[in-house]
Amino acid sequence: MIWDVELHRVLVHDRSRFELDVRFASDASRLVLYGPSGAGKTQTLKMIAGIARPDGGRVAVAGRVMYDSASQLLLSPQERRLGYVFQDYALFPHLTVRQNIAFGLRQGLLNPSRAFAAVAVERWVEAFHLESVIGHYPHQLSGGQRQRTALARALVNEPAALLLDEPFAALDKGLRQRLRQELKELQEQLHIPMLLITHEDDDVKELADQVVMLEAGRVVDATLVAEVAPAT
Amino acid sequence: MEGAWVALLLTLKVAGWATALNLILGVGIGFAMARLRFPGRDVLDALFTLPMVMPPTVLGYYLLVLIGSHSPLGSWLIKTFGIRLIFTWQGAVIAATVVAFPLVFKAARAAFETVDPQLEDAARTLGMREAAVFFRVSLPLAWHGILAGLLLSFARALGEFGATLMVAGSIPGRTQTLSIAVYEAVQAGQDDTANFLVAVTSIVCIAVLLSANRLVPGRVASRE
Repeated sequence: MIWDVELHRVLVHDRSRFELDVRFASDASRLVLYGPSGAGKTQTLKMIAGIARPDGGRVAVAGRVMYDSASQLLLSPQERRLGYVFQDYALFPHLTVRQNIAFGLRQGLLNPSRAFAAVAVERWVEAFHLESVIGHYPHQLSGGQRQRTALARALVNEPAALLLDEPFAALDKGLRQRLRQELKELQEQLHIPMLLITHEDDDVKELADQVVMLEAGRVVDATLVAEVAPAT
Repeated sequence: MEGAWVALLLTLKVAGWATALNLILGVGIGFAMARLRFPGRDVLDALFTLPMVMPPTVLGYYLLVLIGSHSPLGSWLIKTFGIRLIFTWQGAVIAATVVAFPLVFKAARAAFETVDPQLEDAARTLGMREAAVFFRVSLPLAWHGILAGLLLSFARALGEFGATLMVAGSIPGRTQTLSIAVYEAVQAGQDDTANFLVAVTSIVCIAVLLSANRLVPGRVASRE
């Protein structure tokens, strides 16, 4: 099983109460978590990555148990080695594209220098055609370049899996189409398990091997895409 | 006039040490208060801000009670290390540190609160330990605001009078800072010395404020 997830969490915020109770297991290498906004998709993804804390449950990705409340196992996000692409990309605004991508390669208390060179960095800069903006800061980039930089930053660390939070939401329509294709090819090339969350039908159609439908904090449906009749 | 230069150097030394201490204390506590949620947080925040609104002489009195040679802490310092803080320049540093602390603390807290926690999470998913997250993401992004607070606290420490006088007294060449020297000069009718000291103090303060203004984040943004 590539994805084995069971998460419980009660969120209380200003008198409103939200109960998240998500459970799914899948062998799909491209799994899409689909649902309206407010369904708890981002919370689920953050708990899988370890940057949000569930009340209970179990998370195993690619055969490695990362969280298990029954045996009190809780790996830190640092130990999980999962690549995470945030919805607005969360690029470090004070670092150049090169420094952003190299961020995870340099341990210690100092950021990589502006001239930091490493094989992995060059590889992803080339793969994502970022050569011309390598010295630019995030606010100088286009939406597509930001997304690619965020992807490169996550991939440089050779993560065990890739988690993507609405990776196309910040892009215009024409670009979305192309980047979806890029992402799909990339996944097929690297054979890296990928979990993507979205509220867009097109993302599901183009990318999903399997879809897990989330509504109001619960899984309402989990279908293999091959089984779904083409909806019009 | 020679006494004026001695006072200026002493003042810069005291304010410099106070600012260095506040860099560590203000940034550390400001970061903790910006990121941690715990009961009594608001009360603690008010307590840390208190030196800004309390009369410096009252603060000085508190310090005397706390570190005076008859206090438990003061007598312990004398017995164990032979350190006497009252009527020393180190005592003046402590007074200036306490009085100027809220300026760094407030600025640091506000600056850290503007740093998107998601950036810190991003660093964690990239394998960074908490210390690395702080020094590579949080601190650089909050630095402008912190620096502005540091300069203000330096200026405030330069002008410190009440608490310093209570704790360190006014010993020429040892604990007599610029602002105290001005007071003494005026009391003694030495107008030339007073004029000179006032001019020196004003120039230093204006220079510090001009640098602080340049570093306030709002200014930087509006210039672009």
